[in-house]
Amino acid sequence: MAMGPILRNIQLHKPWFSLHHSSASRFISTLVLAEHESGQIKSSSISSVEAAKSLSEDNTISVLLAGSGPSLQEAATHAASCHPSVSQVFVAESDKLKYPLAEAWAKLVESVQKTGGYSHIFAASGSFGKNILPRAAALLDVSPITDVTAIYGCHQFVRPIYAGNALCTVRYTGESPCMLTVRSTSFPITSGARANAAPIHQVDLSTFGEDVLDKSRYVNQSSQDTERPDLGNARIVVTGGRGLKSAENFKMIEELAEKLGAAVGATRAAVDAGFIPNELQVGQTGKIVAPELYMAFGVSGAIQHIAGMRDSKVIVAVNKDSDAPIFQVADYGLVGDLFEIIPELLEKLPEKK
Amino acid sequence: MKVMVAIKRVVDYAVKIRVKPDKSGVETKNVKMSMNPFCEIGLEEAIRIRESGLASEVVAVSIGPAQCVDTLRTGLAMGADRAIHVESMAEHLHPLNVAKLLRALVLVEKPGLLILGKQAIDDDCNQTGQMVAGLLNWPQGTFASKLVLDKEKQTATVDREVDGGIETLCLDLPAVITTDLRLNQPRYATLPNIMKAKSKPIKKVSPEELNVQIRSDFEVVQVSEPPKRKAGVILSSVDELIDKLKNEARVI
Repeated sequence: MAMGPILRNIQLHKPWFSLHHSSASRFISTLVLAEHESGQIKSSSISSVEAAKSLSEDNTISVLLAGSGPSLQEAATHAASCHPSVSQVFVAESDKLKYPLAEAWAKLVESVQKTGGYSHIFAASGSFGKNILPRAAALLDVSPITDVTAIYGCHQFVRPIYAGNALCTVRYTGESPCMLTVRSTSFPITSGARANAAPIHQVDLSTFGEDVLDKSRYVNQSSQDTERPDLGNARIVVTGGRGLKSAENFKMIEELAEKLGAAVGATRAAVDAGFIPNELQVGQTGKIVAPELYMAFGVSGAIQHIAGMRDSKVIVAVNKDSDAPIFQVADYGLVGDLFEIIPELLEKLPEKK
Repeated sequence: MKVMVAIKRVVDYAVKIRVKPDKSGVETKNVKMSMNPFCEIGLEEAIRIRESGLASEVVAVSIGPAQCVDTLRTGLAMGADRAIHVESMAEHLHPLNVAKLLRALVLVEKPGLLILGKQAIDDDCNQTGQMVAGLLNWPQGTFASKLVLDKEKQTATVDREVDGGIETLCLDLPAVITTDLRLNQPRYATLPNIMKAKSKPIKKVSPEELNVQIRSDFEVVQVSEPPKRKAGVILSSVDELIDKLKNEARVI
């Protein structure tokens, strides 16, 4: 894409600010608000570490985990060796942090920031980060920048607007900390685990309980299917839209996904119609995915759906309407009846390796 | 109990936006503007709460230039009782500034519930509700797909759409709720209600009167188009598709 005159002096992949403020790079330190599950740090949090790495070569990256119970400490151990750029892991163990409630987490971040004085605070741009980081930013009186897809130095970021139909480059001019949520799909993990673990410190929560709001209580969470690959990280995604016509028919999508070792996705229309649960919705306000292969069946290609999958490497679309907008983004299109095409694919596709 | 709803005027969701040739922003001149879909859902929810007898009044607020009044009139036509327009010509009303203004209004109006859309479809920030909740020290129920109020216990039970499915929280009022798509289907304003709306009050307030200083924490360097995908091809058979995926794209 052509760069305007404003960016003529900016070299990509090099902190532009360092041309003017070379000493500032010494004071870059990042706190990553991490999530964990079943004793492991989530890969989206490791992507946040990867993203933080690109701020500056001299960035000290600390990972913050919270919760209660043995799985928290297990996750901390995992976090300590998940990425070579992690300098230390902080663990906040408290009953008040048993569930990721924004009220408690925001207070925790405020407190850890006051002690640690980080220049940057990152979280992955999923429902956890989106729920918590802005509240914490308000407590710290700074403007956060959400859903960042590219980092050019310490204070210049790119984020999608208008459902990803435009990209906005912003320069942060506010006070520390600079707080961001980052899109995991834009910061793939390039480093493997490390041999020597980073130190793990327990956060002092002796005064924590006092001013944490006790007005929000966790009731329950719907159970999820953990057998299939996670939609956010899957190499292949098979999505069904309104064209599937029923929840029963949607099973064909699941069968195809099974055959390919893929994750299942859905459009808003399919979720609204009750074919499939909400956590599989791909789109502007659902999940953002960027798999190697995205296959869309019976999907018209509304702007809001495209927003969630436009960064996929290869897009395949099957729809009986040759005018469906999805064909404008598809690399390979098949105009035809998905009720005939899917069975044929099931028959002819090679078994997953 | 009063319910306050924040609504935003944005480019209509169906519009195919264009980036200005000078990359300073998105073209909004002569483009259809509408109430942000998530804000519409928020307003609908508030009106239903009043209709069920759990609230006495719905106040719609909007922050921005003079044209916000159009959006507020639509809100009044849908059924809000009155409206407040915080007039500001500021270039970029970042969420933190909006949150501070909303907080100031909440402290004056004292609603039991503040409802916002989860995100505006122009900037896609998804921040304002969380920030106001933090500034007010109120509990927050974001990305709500279901909201049930208990008048006696003064609580709101919220189903939230999260990455793992649906999470249910119980919040003590007053609370901040941000709406997700499946919370409800907003009503259309009927002609009689559009007429009635003309006489409902819209109060004008300035940021100065609310003691809020609008501060800029970042500047827009440029707005550009996303990288264009290479044009695709329409194939003629499943066999051809499998062949392309295997041998050309090499993804299976």
